[in-house]
Amino acid sequence: MTVPLRSRPVAWPRRVLHAVLIALALVFLLLFLVMPLATVFVEAFRQGVAPYLDSIRQPEALSAIKLTLLVAVLAVPLNVLFGIAAAWAMTRFQFRGKALLGALIDLPFSVSPVVSGLVYVLLFGAQGWFGPWLDSHGIKIIFAVPALVLATIFVTLPFVARELIPLMQAQGSEEEEAARVLGASAWQMFFRVTLPNIRWALLYGVLLCNARAMGEFGAVSVVSGHIRGLTTTMPLEVEMRYNEYEYVGAFAVASLLALLALVTLAVKSLLEWRYGDEIAAHAPGGH
Amino acid sequence: MSKRVLPGFGISLGVALAYLGLIVLLPLAALAWKATGIGFEGLIRLLSAPRTLAALRLSVGGAVVAALINVVIGLLVGWVLVRYRFPGRRLFDALVDLPFALPTAVAGIALTTLYAPNGWLGQWLEPLGIKVAYTPLGVFVAMVFVGFPFVVRTLQPVLSSLELDVEEAAESLGAQRWQTFFRVILPMLAPTLLTGFALALARAVGEYGSVIFIAGNIPMHSEIAPLLIVQKLEQFDYAGAAALGVAMLSISFVLLVLVAFLQRWSHRWQERAT
Repeated sequence: MTVPLRSRPVAWPRRVLHAVLIALALVFLLLFLVMPLATVFVEAFRQGVAPYLDSIRQPEALSAIKLTLLVAVLAVPLNVLFGIAAAWAMTRFQFRGKALLGALIDLPFSVSPVVSGLVYVLLFGAQGWFGPWLDSHGIKIIFAVPALVLATIFVTLPFVARELIPLMQAQGSEEEEAARVLGASAWQMFFRVTLPNIRWALLYGVLLCNARAMGEFGAVSVVSGHIRGLTTTMPLEVEMRYNEYEYVGAFAVASLLALLALVTLAVKSLLEWRYGDEIAAHAPGGH
Repeated sequence: MSKRVLPGFGISLGVALAYLGLIVLLPLAALAWKATGIGFEGLIRLLSAPRTLAALRLSVGGAVVAALINVVIGLLVGWVLVRYRFPGRRLFDALVDLPFALPTAVAGIALTTLYAPNGWLGQWLEPLGIKVAYTPLGVFVAMVFVGFPFVVRTLQPVLSSLELDVEEAAESLGAQRWQTFFRVILPMLAPTLLTGFALALARAVGEYGSVIFIAGNIPMHSEIAPLLIVQKLEQFDYAGAAALGVAMLSISFVLLVLVAFLQRWSHRWQERAT
């Protein structure tokens, strides 16, 4: 990567062109990416550190943080199990309809977040398919935590599978077959051969899955009902505070989410830099 | 036929299918079924209502324009990050993914504050007569923001594997730098740019969180289609919301098929050219 592309000297008009192109790209990145990010922190601390801390310590903020963590803790592991199962079936066996299965796994990425929430309202809401039955049994899904988890699972479903499938395809199954022939049980093979081979790609997928799960807004907003302290995750708390003109409070919670984004980016870059070959082959745009 | 050596076909496929069935297919079936609730005439009336048309036009048209802008900017940024060496390159490279990582609601309120008449950027644009916040222009800005990483990230691996000898051959045959770029490099990148365009487009068409804050949501003017769905739901018009949802799904489906077709066509056109 760091090897100079051209060893022959570059003529000066071309060097000017390079400098202009670099400057243009950097100005764009600064105006378009860095400034919004900086805005979040500047607005959060506009009135100083004390109001910032106060607005994060308010009970609604704390319950939103707890709910966001709860949703992620439930949604991410389920999508990890699904991702591993789907990748195993897709990359180790031949069966009819494999391409269709792959398209289905990618589907949630091309669905509007609002529609991702809407489908669960139509399934479990008062006028939905299972609405009357759930109501008569006193089970609440919509406007309650289960719907938040379901909508989040839907939106983040492809992340882990998408990282694992190309990698496991590229790795092939020789090592696993060898383990089996040498007498390893299915679990021994999985934990001693498969898992070590995919661990960094798995971590990469979990990282992206978690970032989206904690930050999801559209899908969650449709099924939440915005009940303060009960069904508002952090992004929803940001929205409610912002709409109530409570800007410092909104940006304070937003700054925590922005921090999560920055940590995610840092770990992601570190993984790509350190274990790029072992993550490898991940499809572009799979985020 | 040898016995299968690898275990777990039944259980892994079973788990994957059951999960997809419950999480994706069943809810989508409910969507399709609910949408039939308004009947064919109801559907036509809903989709031809001026407010629906305006919202769809803004969501689709805005996304197309935003994706085109992203192709140009993405080409510039991707090119600079792959081809040139400068201090801070790694940092800027990592930063490209910010719109993926930053929650949409956070991006939404940050962009709104930035482009509001008294914001850091808004205060300079306002005297020039350019209003961004609470106008369709704000919708474009948010759509460009969320779609930005797609073109860069699709382009980068292709750019770095691009054979330099082709360019050098073109130049040694007397081609000017711009000729090499437009006649040799750009055609080679065309399918990749199309893929990036499609991904950015698909993302922006359905975008909600980052758009609604900056849009101002004025009916017929700066109201996006996903917001109409939310409003229908708030009025307990489930069938109307479902119908709009199906319309949006169909639009993204058509766009994706169209782009897949274009991509295959440009691949074939390239192969014939070489």
